[in-house]
Amino acid sequence: MIIEHPLLGPRDSQEFTCLGDASLLQRPDASADDAAETFFDYQYLRDNPAGTHRELWYHEMGDRSWLVVTRDTATHEILAVELASDVVTAGGRS
Amino acid sequence: MRKMGGYSGFRILREGLTGNRGWRPAWRDPEPQQAYDFVIVGGGGHGLATAYYLASRYGEASVAVLEKGWIGGGNVGRNTTIIRSNYLLPGNEPFYEFSLQLWEGLEQDLNYNAMVSQRGVYNLYHSDGQRDAYRRRGNAMILHGADAELLDAAQLRAEIPFLNFDNGRFPIQGALVQRRGGTVRHDAVAWGYARGADRRGVDIIQNCEVTGFRIQNGRCTGVETSRGFIAARKVGCAVAGSSSRVMQAAGMRLPIESHVLQAFVSEGLKPVIPGVVTYGAGHFYISQSDKGGLVFGGDIDMYNSYAQRGNLPVVEDVCEGGMTLMPMIGRARMVRMWGGIMDMSMDGSPIIDRTPVDGLYFNGGWCYGGFKATPASGYCFAHLLATDTPHDTATAFRLDRFRRGMMIDEKGSGAQPNLH
Ligand SMILES: Cc1cc2nc3c(=O)[nH]c(=O)nc-3n(C[C@H](O)[C@H](O)[C@H](O)COP(=O)(O)OP(=O)(O)OC[C@H]3O[C@@H](n4cnc5c(N)ncnc54)[C@H](O)[C@@H]3O)c2cc1C
Repeated sequence: MIIEHPLLGPRDSQEFTCLGDASLLQRPDASADDAAETFFDYQYLRDNPAGTHRELWYHEMGDRSWLVVTRDTATHEILAVELASDVVTAGGRS
Repeated sequence: MRKMGGYSGFRILREGLTGNRGWRPAWRDPEPQQAYDFVIVGGGGHGLATAYYLASRYGEASVAVLEKGWIGGGNVGRNTTIIRSNYLLPGNEPFYEFSLQLWEGLEQDLNYNAMVSQRGVYNLYHSDGQRDAYRRRGNAMILHGADAELLDAAQLRAEIPFLNFDNGRFPIQGALVQRRGGTVRHDAVAWGYARGADRRGVDIIQNCEVTGFRIQNGRCTGVETSRGFIAARKVGCAVAGSSSRVMQAAGMRLPIESHVLQAFVSEGLKPVIPGVVTYGAGHFYISQSDKGGLVFGGDIDMYNSYAQRGNLPVVEDVCEGGMTLMPMIGRARMVRMWGGIMDMSMDGSPIIDRTPVDGLYFNGGWCYGGFKATPASGYCFAHLLATDTPHDTATAFRLDRFRRGMMIDEKGSGAQPNLH
């Protein structure tokens, strides 16, 4: 798989490690009353879709940025690549 | 139901002398009935074994296995066929040892030659720390009634002389051996269980995809399928890599990710690899099939996948592992490679449990180690379905263990499925 890095252009997926579902960017509020429940969900449960999946890739052997890669898990086709920092900022977090 | 004769050496002789005209299909191809007591979703090793033990051990007469494709087309026919019971943790080891014992009696039980071959599994170690960890694992195995032996380099050299013992970076110091471990002909396991279940009245229904569950007042009353609705008193799902997709139809999200694991076979060679050898400093394992092909594999591809094929970086990694461990295999030509989709759980251990929906039961999370578990998984799932209590060897495999913090994490790598 070739990952179209937003800053560095096309890079071999071998340079990256994959962490998993990009929902991991949405860390729940640890001080909320239902924190035990939301953290259980956050830590252990996954949609695990067959099809479009947004996931976190780390450019370990490159510029060490975190990317959000949108990929089809049924075909391995990569549909979009964003910097995770941009995704987080657009989501209203700093 | 047409009765089929048993298999025996005498039968082969008789058939051979009479033109082999007496052989019959090993199982029927029945139309689905409207209702069963037990419906098992998934005709892989685990689903078929579940049906077999429900009928043979728990006396259940009304059982169907629904398979969306054909028997043996999933992971049961795609794995590298290694069986062993060399686990460390008390939640796991009794279960896998139970499974190994069932393997030892399987062929007589099924009247089917599954080519169970206890040729030994050698886990190599490459440092003092790893040796100590293996010693601890071996002791845990022995405490649970399994067999384990720690070999030093000289002892190992006497048994497997061709390894790259003096590798500069990862010299081989010895191995933990389980001599009762080995390999089994994977397809024959599916076929043997299918035939055994069929002979006890189980309906094995192929080309029948389960598309949904009928759930009324929190109770599952049957399954929607590509061949119509089938009612059931109890429904057990054993669909391996498809677990999340299938259980989603019952409104569940699982502690599971689906990943692809590849396997490789070389051209047929004369016998060269004794037993199963696993590399301790990289991810590579190898055995030789009775046809002569070297059967080997390594790591999963590390990203979520439902494509039953992987990518080249892992091919390279596996081959590098092989070349480091036994440079002689560089002379062998690879003839086939393929992938299978595995249900990687959040702690690397499986789930055999009820679900929040009454009458709906779940078996999954087998990661890349579910082939060896096939007999015990079927037995324990049948026990749960028949009695509504967990089998003694499977009490830890609860679905709610993640919520309760009772993980069974052999490697201690945390909730990161691609590291298990
Ligand atoms: C390359 C590779 C190597 C492996 N090596 C080993 C090894 O050496 N040792 C070991 O112990 N384990 C190994 N494994 C793991 C092992 O193969 C699996 O854990 C095990 O086979 C899973 O259980 P199963 O046989 O029931 O799965 P499967 O055979 O995959 O059965 C699941 C079945 O469910 C069916 N299904 C899915 N969705 C539906 C639906 N909606 N309706 C009806 N049916 C459905 C599928 O078609 C499939 O036939 C390996 C796996 C792979 C891929």
